[in-house]
Amino acid sequence: MTTTLIRGATLPDGTTTDLLVADGRIAERGTAIATPSGARVLDAAGLVALPGLVDLHTHLREPGFEQSETVLSGTRAAAAGGFTAVFAMANTMPVSDTAGVVEQVQALGESAGYATVRPIGAVTVGLAGARLSEIGAMANSRAAVRVFSDDGKCVHDSLLMRRALEYVKTFDGVVAQHAQDPRLTENAQMNEGALSSELGLKGWPAVAEESIIARDVLLAEHVGARLHICHVSTAGSVDVVRWAKARGIEVTAEVTPHHLLLTEDLIRSYDARYKVNPPLRRDEDVRALREGLVDGTIDIVATDHAPHPEEAKDCEWDHAAFGMVGLESALSVVQAALVDTGLLGWSDVARVLSQTPAEIGRLAGHSHSFEIGSSANIVLVDPASSSAFSTDRLAGKSHNSPYLGMTLPGSVRHTLHRGYQTVNDGVVVDAGEVAAAAMGVARG
Amino acid sequence: MARIVLQNSDIARALTRISHEVLESNRGPHDLVILGIPTRGVVLAERIGAQIRQIEPGAPADLVGSLDVTMYRDDLAHHPTRAPQRTRVPSGGIDGKTVVLIDDVLYSGRTIRAALDAIGDLGRPRAVRLAVLVDRGHRELPIRADFVGKNLPSSTDERINVRLAEIDGSEEVSIDLATGAGA
Amino acid sequence: MRHLLSTRDLLRDDAIALLDIAEDMSEVQNREVKKLPTLRGKTVVNLFFEDSTRTRTSFEVAAKRLSADVINFSAKGSSVSKGESLKDTAQTLAAMGADGVVIRHSASGAPQVLAQSGWIDAGVVNAGDGTHEHPTQALLDAFTMRRRIHGDAARGRDLEGVSVMIVGDVLHSRVARSNLWLLETLGAHVTFVAPATLVPVGASTWPVDIRYDLDAALAEVRPDVVMMLRIQQERMNAAFFPTTREYARQWGLDDERLLALRPDSIVMHPGPMNRGLEISSRAADSAQSTVIEQVANGVSIRMAVLYSLLSGDREARS
Ligand SMILES: [Zn+2]
Repeated sequence: MTTTLIRGATLPDGTTTDLLVADGRIAERGTAIATPSGARVLDAAGLVALPGLVDLHTHLREPGFEQSETVLSGTRAAAAGGFTAVFAMANTMPVSDTAGVVEQVQALGESAGYATVRPIGAVTVGLAGARLSEIGAMANSRAAVRVFSDDGKCVHDSLLMRRALEYVKTFDGVVAQHAQDPRLTENAQMNEGALSSELGLKGWPAVAEESIIARDVLLAEHVGARLHICHVSTAGSVDVVRWAKARGIEVTAEVTPHHLLLTEDLIRSYDARYKVNPPLRRDEDVRALREGLVDGTIDIVATDHAPHPEEAKDCEWDHAAFGMVGLESALSVVQAALVDTGLLGWSDVARVLSQTPAEIGRLAGHSHSFEIGSSANIVLVDPASSSAFSTDRLAGKSHNSPYLGMTLPGSVRHTLHRGYQTVNDGVVVDAGEVAAAAMGVARG
Repeated sequence: MARIVLQNSDIARALTRISHEVLESNRGPHDLVILGIPTRGVVLAERIGAQIRQIEPGAPADLVGSLDVTMYRDDLAHHPTRAPQRTRVPSGGIDGKTVVLIDDVLYSGRTIRAALDAIGDLGRPRAVRLAVLVDRGHRELPIRADFVGKNLPSSTDERINVRLAEIDGSEEVSIDLATGAGA
Repeated sequence: MRHLLSTRDLLRDDAIALLDIAEDMSEVQNREVKKLPTLRGKTVVNLFFEDSTRTRTSFEVAAKRLSADVINFSAKGSSVSKGESLKDTAQTLAAMGADGVVIRHSASGAPQVLAQSGWIDAGVVNAGDGTHEHPTQALLDAFTMRRRIHGDAARGRDLEGVSVMIVGDVLHSRVARSNLWLLETLGAHVTFVAPATLVPVGASTWPVDIRYDLDAALAEVRPDVVMMLRIQQERMNAAFFPTTREYARQWGLDDERLLALRPDSIVMHPGPMNRGLEISSRAADSAQSTVIEQVANGVSIRMAVLYSLLSGDREARS
């Protein structure tokens, strides 16, 4: 096993330290640690050390849609973005609604080694919204599923949602709801308002999201269950969640990087790279989402990384697929939207992009205080850099990023997953090397 | 460096002469139609029409029209899109008439070629004649003018500027070394 | 002008120039020889992903009167209906040497996607895209209004002070949108009258007055122009209004409402009409109606548009 000495990193709290990583763990921290023989030294002067980022909302597409992404390519993208753990959404083919599928996804993640892959189980069989899937079997499988979601689809039936909330309690799980009233959003294409009316694109009203969130927080309260809301996108949703939290309801909420930075005005171009579910909203929504994240109404940032092949975007708006890749750009977008605007500090970033998502997903091994003996999942970021975002930064299979050509701050210099490097000096480490290192950790 | 080749009075004299010649060759003002090619040809046509009515008080009142040839040009693709101008044919039409086309400068002959095509789509005149204020040579087509105000041999890198009071506020024809293409 | 995609970004002077060129084209339509040699050697493709014989024919006549070669590429029976992408179709047309593409598509923004794509270098004319815009319809409507109001003195004029009432399914109408932007640019004043279910969300931020009660609106506004929009059969199943009978009673231009109009008000309809639903036969056939003129003017406008897009040097236009 390699030993790595991180020299002079700035921790989220602003202090500077050396970190010695050995056997996949933080072995020592302090200033002026002597370099052990054979150790690799990473000069981290000017770099911020964050706990490895955790994404509660990733679409890895495998099995079934390998032309868009695989577990291997998706976790490469994760590593490039500074993530060391991703929760893989269940809308695969076959759907991740059985122990067999979730164990397969988890095993693919283990052997690739770029990040810890935690599968999310479907709430209903085939995401069909009719019958509960085998939640218990998935929870008790080797994949130890704790997050359940029909993401991409809303668990719309009220009774079924109630049962799901109650049932997952049994396994200390949580339902992550994709809040979208299907009747109010039939064939919807973009946020409903003056702009959708002008562009002639079918509107996606905010109320279609807000009404489901309102119903679900009340259901969660009624049955005393945990509820997680995926990709909150409207000012009204922030208000509803704020109200629910004030009432003591056990609800957590996520926001995507793109909803923190981009607005519907981009759609004037009819460029389908901006087509996403939920849709980009208005400027006032972006402001409310930022405020919600700052005041704790929104708990985490999650990418909703949704890769699509070129042909799914290189077409008429109505015919294009929903979704954007987001793993590689997430940290830069959060820095642009929240850190550089003075709304959040780096310790907040560590909280919303690592600590809290790990807690919601019941993920162990992601230390947030860099204490000695903890698993070495670490990302070193250069916050002072700034560059035009290009396909060079994309490490997954798909290029459907809305940020191409946009100048964004910050770059991931090094990512360490369980003590070995998955990104070295801004370059994703070779797959064979990472797989071998992962095997070493597993044996050790 | 512009050199004036026709002054106010020269232009007036040339138009008077052309008016007389037109009447003479047509043996009077009857079955005559004067069509000016926009922009300055229309002004010249109006002036010639007025002179003809002065010389021959019995000349028809609706004698003068305009013929826009933009849609018939063969060089449209080599220039930014041109705004077409008005075509107006006198109320008697052109069938069986003698049409006298009026333009300010005769150069390559392509404008007149376009005008002949345009006339062909408007009707069947008995004859078509051409009157120009200035003939500067350099024909690219077998076209010649029947009535010429002034022959002005020029080189292709010179520019002929026709200024008429109704459009330009002043009245003269000048010649200068062009920086771009000729007129 | 490189493309004609919408009326929203059409400048006043460009719009008036198009209307003026259409005046010239319209004079050509009254001659015995209706054809001009202007676009000889150019190829115009009518790319219709949505059926519309009327609009396609109008563009076809316009292109042919300018001596362009016309290729009709419609969705029915072609590779387009077999799932060929817009990209592949565009590249095919580019390979065939199309100079202009007239596109009708059910997806809003498809003409803009085509124009921006780089798949094809041709000038693109939007012949109606989804519920977005139908710019040539708005231009021919403005042309029709200008002629009725200013007669032979129409050239160079705008529609300053003209009051236009657009009645019916504004929500799904690209005609209403294109008309609103163009009429606003030309100085007219627009009122939408429709049941609230058929008024687009956010339209209150547009430069338009929105009314629900047609009788009250007609009595108060006394419009110069009443434009009736077509009600599509499929709207009735989507519960935008209870029954066609109720719709006709509330928002149809029936004989009584026709009589209540000012005698010099004009009645317009983009066609095809549902007689007895949004417009009575008497209103459609009255002297105030411009329905037939609109069709004739459509050819003149489309000639003007094709001339403006395709005649000049392409580099100089971009
Ligand atoms: Zn979702």
